[in-house]
Amino acid sequence: MNNRLVAFLVGIVIGAAALYFFLPGPGAPITAATVNTTGPAAKPAGPTAAAGSTLATVRARGYLQCGVSQGLPGFSNPNDKGEWSGIDVDFCKAVAAAVFGDATKVKYRPLSAKDRFTALQSGEIDLLSRNTTWSMSRDTSLGFDFAGVIYYDGQGFLVKKSTGITSAAQLDGATICTQTGTTTELNMADYFRGQGMTYKVLAFEKNEESLSAYDEGRCDAYTTDASGLHAQKLILKTPDEHLVLPEIISKEPLGPLMRQGDAQWADIVRWTLFALINAEDLGVTQGNVELMRTSQSPDIRRLLGAEGAYGEAIGLKAEWAADVIRAVGNYGEIYNRTVGPDTPLGIPRGLNALWKNGGLMYAPPIR
Amino acid sequence: MQSVKWLRKNLFSDVWNSALTLFALWVIYISVPPLLDWAIFKAVWEGNGNTCREITSGACWPFVKANLGQFIYGRYPESELWRVNLTFVLGVAGLIPMLMPSAPAKKWNLIYLVVAYPLIAIVLLAGDRPGLVGVDTSLWGGLLVTLVVAVTGIVVSLPLGILLALGRRSDMPAIRMLSIAFIEFWRGVPLVTVLFMASVMLPLFLPEGVSFDNLLRCLIGVALFSSAYMAEVVRGGLQAIPRGQYEAARAVGMSYWQTMGLIILPQALRHVIPGIVNTFIGLFKDTTLVLIVGIFDLLGQVRAQLSDPNWAVPEGATTGYVFAALVFWVFCFGMSRYSVFMERRLNTDHRN
Repeated sequence: MNNRLVAFLVGIVIGAAALYFFLPGPGAPITAATVNTTGPAAKPAGPTAAAGSTLATVRARGYLQCGVSQGLPGFSNPNDKGEWSGIDVDFCKAVAAAVFGDATKVKYRPLSAKDRFTALQSGEIDLLSRNTTWSMSRDTSLGFDFAGVIYYDGQGFLVKKSTGITSAAQLDGATICTQTGTTTELNMADYFRGQGMTYKVLAFEKNEESLSAYDEGRCDAYTTDASGLHAQKLILKTPDEHLVLPEIISKEPLGPLMRQGDAQWADIVRWTLFALINAEDLGVTQGNVELMRTSQSPDIRRLLGAEGAYGEAIGLKAEWAADVIRAVGNYGEIYNRTVGPDTPLGIPRGLNALWKNGGLMYAPPIR
Repeated sequence: MQSVKWLRKNLFSDVWNSALTLFALWVIYISVPPLLDWAIFKAVWEGNGNTCREITSGACWPFVKANLGQFIYGRYPESELWRVNLTFVLGVAGLIPMLMPSAPAKKWNLIYLVVAYPLIAIVLLAGDRPGLVGVDTSLWGGLLVTLVVAVTGIVVSLPLGILLALGRRSDMPAIRMLSIAFIEFWRGVPLVTVLFMASVMLPLFLPEGVSFDNLLRCLIGVALFSSAYMAEVVRGGLQAIPRGQYEAARAVGMSYWQTMGLIILPQALRHVIPGIVNTFIGLFKDTTLVLIVGIFDLLGQVRAQLSDPNWAVPEGATTGYVFAALVFWVFCFGMSRYSVFMERRLNTDHRN
């Protein structure tokens, strides 16, 4: 075979490959949204929204873009099956279920604490569900709207059981490990001054460093948000010998947020959260949702779309909340599955229990 | 007797030497046994997160075992993994004969690696062509992303770097100025900034609704960034070629491209093999920076998997990082040894 012939053949092969390469695809690509489904995705149906609205954009795109953390135990973390899990992730799924009736139509964008707000502002994501504290400055000057509170967190303390300390009031004179440049230092200063106690602080640049300093016995207590304390306790040398103190010294209400100025989208996200809490309140679970649809209770019938047209008011179908609960369960189920007492994190419900059980979880009624 | 002689001559020739030998032995004694204990003898080999919570004397290898799929492929759908594997195999099949100086048909091999293989790889990995389901890049992760970023950077940066280096030494002012501006711009900004701009800031400047893939943006950023570095390495080689070589080539009537392609570059590139490989290794390790824009490379994936509450165990982090370090070391050491082999073969250090 001479060289020209080889060149000719190779040319044909490359040409054919290039042709194939630039051919359009057969249909919907696999995104996080469609991994678990088989076959091409069905075109989203439902009432059309005004052009330029987030709902219309999300529908046209075919999936929800949800900003999550890059790995925060129990809130948003990839598991060893290659799936995202956690409270914040389940909320993304819930919103996807409300919009599409299909909780798999989500694409997760793992974001660092620094670029989470930029990603939301620039429209890279439709919803930020990344353990973000609801504060006035974020709600107002940053141009965001918070949907509500999905987890009441707050700063707490971790101590060794052997010290005999069982309450933060006994921490007078203690050395406390923490991270530099965060609000934890300020909160601690306020708390100790208010209690008239003294303390020494040992601050480190990174969380891991301060935790290992505590583990090595360089300080008497370690402080960060309570949810973080439960997660980080697990990686100490002997987790059972440490105790999270019951006192919470700061308010860190964590919630999902979206861009300001799209009232319809804000309503969808907000009422998805309320639907989850109302479902627990009314005893609707993932397991009994079909049965509950035939319930005689007007509250339950309105929640599940058997009565009234509450879904249409936010641009969704009547059964939107039933889809949400079918997909992820009610708030209590999500909590117990991700961070609750039966998980390795084992965080008691505490403030996150329903209002009627002594917690703060309370949602306005659907009526 | 022979060995005693050797010992006396090499390890215990005088007081200072003996002290150093003893010191080295002591360092080995205190460091190696605990390391072996941790990694092998007292490590947990079977079980789950709870086992690793009970036994904390050594590494938690079940963590690596359970998450190995994520470490290699990220969240790539399981039914499509054969495509990633095929891409790996095709790449290795093209690379091995290319790296063996004795293998034939270097020209076709190069065309396959630089033109055909990238196209095949894109089609196989991303899909969305007739017969293949598309797999969104947000599902890619782990070693797959590390290799995609590194290989793209390497394949693009070498030719682009050579062109830029030639451009910077060109007699034509416009080309020279453009090359200098390009090189100095990309060398003047940190890679972190480039990635951050590409991923987070770019959508602010694009019209609404226009967006392109996050990983693609990173690949372009990394490729342009590394070509600027490559250009300077190659320029170093070009400057080492005596003027006589250029004049001799011109004297026999060679054109500019003939001079460069046949006379100058083959010599210049041989001089800078250590520099080129150095840039490649640096690039390979820099791929870990894509984590900051939310893409999980191998290291990022290890960190992410550590946040799974089921695997939040005392030795999990150390084990994961040791695993990632080993994988990186294997790749970087491989590149480094190959460069040594090529230097010997091409005899660039002029040991005659």
